[in-house]
Amino acid sequence: MITLSDIIGDTDRRWPRVEVTQDVWEFARTQLAERKWDLIAHWGEPGAVHLALREHGSGTTGILSLDASRGSFPSLGRDCLPARRLERAISDVVGLVPDEAPDTRPWLDHGRWTVRHPQGTPEQPAGPQRYEFLPVEGESLHQIPVGPVHAGIIEPGHFRFTCSGETVVRLEARLGYVHKGIEALIAGAPLEHAAKLAARTSGDTTVAYSTAFALAVETACAAEVPARALYLRAIMLELERIANHFGDVGAICNDAAFSLMLANCGVVREQVLRAAHAAFGHRLMMDRVIPGGVATDLAPTGQREIEKLLKKIRKAFPAIVALYEDTASLQDRTVRTGMLRHDLAMEFGAGGFIGRASGRSFDTRKVLPWAPYDTLSFETPLLQRGDVDARIRIRIAEIEQSCALLRQLLDTLPSGPILSEVVPRAAEGTAMVEGFRGDIFVWLRVNGDGSLARCHLRDPSWFQWPLLEAAIDGNIVADFPLCNKSFNCSYSGHDL
Amino acid sequence: MRKLLLKSIFGGPLTERAPAADKRALAELAEKVQATARRRLGRSLSIRQVDAGSCNGCELEIHALNNAFYDLERFGFHFVASPRHADVLLVTGPVTANMREALERTYAATPDPKWVVAVGGCALDGGLFAGSHGVVGGVSAVVPVDLHIPGCPPSPQDLLAGLLALMKRRLPRSRAAKPEDSGAR
Repeated sequence: MITLSDIIGDTDRRWPRVEVTQDVWEFARTQLAERKWDLIAHWGEPGAVHLALREHGSGTTGILSLDASRGSFPSLGRDCLPARRLERAISDVVGLVPDEAPDTRPWLDHGRWTVRHPQGTPEQPAGPQRYEFLPVEGESLHQIPVGPVHAGIIEPGHFRFTCSGETVVRLEARLGYVHKGIEALIAGAPLEHAAKLAARTSGDTTVAYSTAFALAVETACAAEVPARALYLRAIMLELERIANHFGDVGAICNDAAFSLMLANCGVVREQVLRAAHAAFGHRLMMDRVIPGGVATDLAPTGQREIEKLLKKIRKAFPAIVALYEDTASLQDRTVRTGMLRHDLAMEFGAGGFIGRASGRSFDTRKVLPWAPYDTLSFETPLLQRGDVDARIRIRIAEIEQSCALLRQLLDTLPSGPILSEVVPRAAEGTAMVEGFRGDIFVWLRVNGDGSLARCHLRDPSWFQWPLLEAAIDGNIVADFPLCNKSFNCSYSGHDL
Repeated sequence: MRKLLLKSIFGGPLTERAPAADKRALAELAEKVQATARRRLGRSLSIRQVDAGSCNGCELEIHALNNAFYDLERFGFHFVASPRHADVLLVTGPVTANMREALERTYAATPDPKWVVAVGGCALDGGLFAGSHGVVGGVSAVVPVDLHIPGCPPSPQDLLAGLLALMKRRLPRSRAAKPEDSGAR
């Protein structure tokens, strides 16, 4: 029995990267198909494809790289569903072709970019092509096209519903509308500029992206980060989680026409953002986490502001939870709606509240902890039913945990410097961080002059968007907003 | 629920006083006013928000305008679900190549008179994303822009000040729709 550690060899690095032969690559495909290994990320660069993996049981992690200088690589998507869209993206941005891939349609490239294969050998664009949605056959089916411009204040994406009466029999999403070319812009950019771009991969989870990017750079350059900076990062990350979860709980209930919840949650969310502004000088705490530490120290009144916030939450939260618990008409909409099966959550390695509401307990803070999470005590809530209700309840439980984490962090906040120098060296770094939505994976290669050679940012949404299509199956069209909001996948983080 | 409702009746409003209309925005608008085409706006403005490629940071703060602290609707602004119902397009993000056509169509579907407010640093000139293979540029590269609200992202206060500036000034009738509103599209 060959294990992942047999392939990557002895190492004390968390994400060692090894070049492998085609045979090993095929072996990895069988392990993914048998669900012995989880697909963490899959990306390409000219002449090579990379595959980040995690082995069940042992928890070994590592990256396999396969030479692809002939312009193609063996498709994993044949047996591994979560790899399919990643392969289509590799094909779009790098131009490497997955051999025998089951789905060869473009994904991020709509034929409108100034070049094809921007991260490979650039070619003239072919121009917009008609996008073929998967065929749907059956009597009396009708289609509803929605987007990319939606009715609410949300990001753009296209949803193609095929319905039988009121019931959705298939949903197919088409994404890529907000592709900004972040990875291509980062390639060649100086460190400081690259950090700003990474921070804007998905604005709602900017602290998590900045943290993951910073950790990857620090691993590459072997930089030591002051303890106080690590704590301040965690404080920001938990504030971000609380703000988003309150926003989500309110918005989900609002999509069930229960606006009272949105009004109450919206007030708390605003209070969190104001505390963040008072403590760190920016409501979303953008660009506060940088390689080497943090850009701004906690304001003199910052600690008191966050403590005041925690008091406010402690006062307001029970009433909000009770409002949800006591409103049967609301639960009538959320319970048993948008059910995501446990096996699908496992197969796709769904992170965050989506996985945890369907019995997948993965939490990067627990499984692959980074400082200071290795010394903090908290629980990862877990539910099995996988419906909208479970995704609300996971968020509620996570808010409680994050508040407890904030108290611990504030109580034990070390003093001292907040930033250390990052001396660039030509090396690679990898990091994974638990954002509010799930695990964010970052791999990058730094040049000796301090610029970035390459960077790959994998949003948790890559493994969550396809599951939304499964969860909506058999629900009525009118419940789509409810299901979609309970998933709250990132368009920008996915489209990059 | 009763407790929460009673609290909101007797607890007093959270809503805060409005900021003064943004002076810079007012000056920017004043330049645009043409004596021949002055037209007083009505008391209410319908806003259609369009994300043309943003990182979603601007959307979060636009959402916040509806919370109890800012309560945008008290000024007669409200967000509508279709460009057909809108007076103002509130556009965020650098315009991506993949969203360009959708933005053009949304603009064409908005009846005259109409105004375009570009929100955030990216919406001005593409911001950090300018020059990318996937980005066309700022909003004005695709549709005519009447007002720009800077910030990354602009705070709800900034947004409110900018929108109030739009409301307070006499505005020129927007240029003829370009591309032409195709109506039945």
